[in-house]
Amino acid sequence: MKTKSVAKKPPPARAKKSASVKRSKAQASGDEFWRMRLYVAGQSPRSSAAITNLRKICNEYLAGRYEVEIVDLVRHPELAKADQIVAIPTLVKKLPVPVRHIIGDLSATQRVLVSLELLDA
Amino acid sequence: MLLAGEPPHLEKALTGIAGFDEITEGGLPRGRASLVCGSAGCGKTLFATEFLVNGARLFSEPGVLMAFEETSDELIVNAASLKFDLDTLVRNRTLVIDHVHVDSHQVAETGEYDLEGLFIRLRHAIESIGARRVVLDTIETLFSGFSNEGLLRSEIRRLFQFLKSFAVTAVITAERGEKSLTRFGLEEYVADCVILLDHRIADQVSTRRMRVVKYRGSTHGSNEYPFLIDERGFSVLPITSLGLRHQVSNEVISTGVADLDAMMGAGGLYRGTTAMISGTAGTGKTSLANAMARATCERGERVLYFAFEESPEQIARNMRSVGIDLRPHLESGLLRILAQRPFMFGLEMHLVTIHRESEQFNPSVVILDPISNFLSGGTARDVNAMMVRLVDYLKSRGVTTFLTCLTEGGEAVEATNIGISSIIDVWLLVRDLEVSGERNRGLFVLKARGMGHSNQVREFTMDSRGIHLSEVYLGPAGMLTGSARVAQEASERDAALRRKDDTARKMAQLERRRQAMEARIAAIRAEFEAEETEAREGFASDAEVERRLVEDRAEMWRSRHFGGSSSGRSKT
Repeated sequence: MKTKSVAKKPPPARAKKSASVKRSKAQASGDEFWRMRLYVAGQSPRSSAAITNLRKICNEYLAGRYEVEIVDLVRHPELAKADQIVAIPTLVKKLPVPVRHIIGDLSATQRVLVSLELLDA
Repeated sequence: MLLAGEPPHLEKALTGIAGFDEITEGGLPRGRASLVCGSAGCGKTLFATEFLVNGARLFSEPGVLMAFEETSDELIVNAASLKFDLDTLVRNRTLVIDHVHVDSHQVAETGEYDLEGLFIRLRHAIESIGARRVVLDTIETLFSGFSNEGLLRSEIRRLFQFLKSFAVTAVITAERGEKSLTRFGLEEYVADCVILLDHRIADQVSTRRMRVVKYRGSTHGSNEYPFLIDERGFSVLPITSLGLRHQVSNEVISTGVADLDAMMGAGGLYRGTTAMISGTAGTGKTSLANAMARATCERGERVLYFAFEESPEQIARNMRSVGIDLRPHLESGLLRILAQRPFMFGLEMHLVTIHRESEQFNPSVVILDPISNFLSGGTARDVNAMMVRLVDYLKSRGVTTFLTCLTEGGEAVEATNIGISSIIDVWLLVRDLEVSGERNRGLFVLKARGMGHSNQVREFTMDSRGIHLSEVYLGPAGMLTGSARVAQEASERDAALRRKDDTARKMAQLERRRQAMEARIAAIRAEFEAEETEAREGFASDAEVERRLVEDRAEMWRSRHFGGSSSGRSKT
């Protein structure tokens, strides 16, 4: 069973934004939606830290515009292959494209924000 | 055999890779990790793949292939070109392929992490099919995916421990480094067995070599072994490990030329010997080789003929001109001619081809025609080493080997440019004999181990009736061959005839003289007899004359005297 932690359902209709348009604001326009999957392994301190850190970032920057699925590979090892998971923890940003892998316990908030395209590098 | 008190030998897992299990005396260390390193394109992945495929197919050991460079599909396609059906193995659940892809461009590091994901995947793969073998190909790719090298190293160390805890036999491939065996020093972590693959280009011909750098707890061949990758996969040639232990045979087989058999003390070649015929161009080496091939096929045995100069059709056609019809044997399959240009491949490739074909075809005679052409594929030293290995190999199989060797004009005839005389048991030499504007072939037995042999040079002639060796003429004028020999023989016949006539004439003369003599004797005798008769008649008449004289005298006496005074006288 996937551990789902869905904060909010996506808005019913949202205008698709061209990928070429550069998102440069920390507070992106309200029509974008973040779909993410966090891979952890059991109750390791790093995994717990990653969950905590992700929750904090989402609440702060993506309130109402995200969906996070937490996958415990200890329980579902077969799921590691599909997303090419090697490092633990790994946060996979599925949407908006492009897909990105963010590894580590997500403690470096600035880098997480850059990787989630919530902040310019 | 274990000696008392000796610790048990390291358990090994057969790789099923031709030759490799011989070098390592049983394969890779079971339950441990082995490192296979080499530069790009040296065959690491293939070695590892074959290790898994053979494990699944031959030894009932399912395997996991964790590929860091190629995707599962790529691997399946690549392996299919080598006749490995990975797809089927995957479907039969004897193989799991997991492609691990790490793209540093898509990855951001945001804090502490480890590679537990890899461990989880590996464990999952191993447990899903009960794998006994694992391949990690090439784990170093991780170094380009993650920036924290210290962490990677400790994780790789942990990974090897992890593999050990599963007691799987593992192969880890790694790129060759500049100064160390592997670019990232993986040999530090894999201490049990390290195999180095090498791919060298010499004179535009590539040679692949393998060396067992380290094998803890086991003896192993320490040489560099040539290996080969072809459509049947990976094969190593452990030939230098062969000792001189082959069985010998006392059975004698014909060379296919009766006159040549007669030159050998044993009446032919011993089965399993290595015979070589050397000579300059056009001396009939190939024809002799084919005569041997035909004789062997006629006994119902198989002949494997490696032709390095002519195509099978060309050989068959040319041999008909000397009365050797190979077609029935080619059709029956007893004769197999493999024609290939020697420079097509490196020497190792040739060696492996010969090995493989010999193993498959199981011939009783192998012909290599000519071995001198190998020189275009390597240095004399390489060729020599190869020939020694080859001859040893064929000997160990009890195969009679017939080699031809082209010697260049002007060289010492007893020398081969490959320098393999020491491994040759029977050496025939054909040399050109140039006399009085003719070029003829003289054949002699330079050596024949284990049998007496003719010390004579025979003239070697070929025509549509076959191959013949005739005794050359040796006389006051030296050795004569060809038409000079024929002329000499004719003149000898003439002389003999003349001598015969002379004798008859002399006999007749004598007879005539004897008759004359006897005639004369008869004449003399007749004369003598005449004289004798005459003489005898003379004597008789003398006596008559005397008597008459006496009578006359007495008459006269009586007439003059009538008395007996004359009686005294009459008594005289």
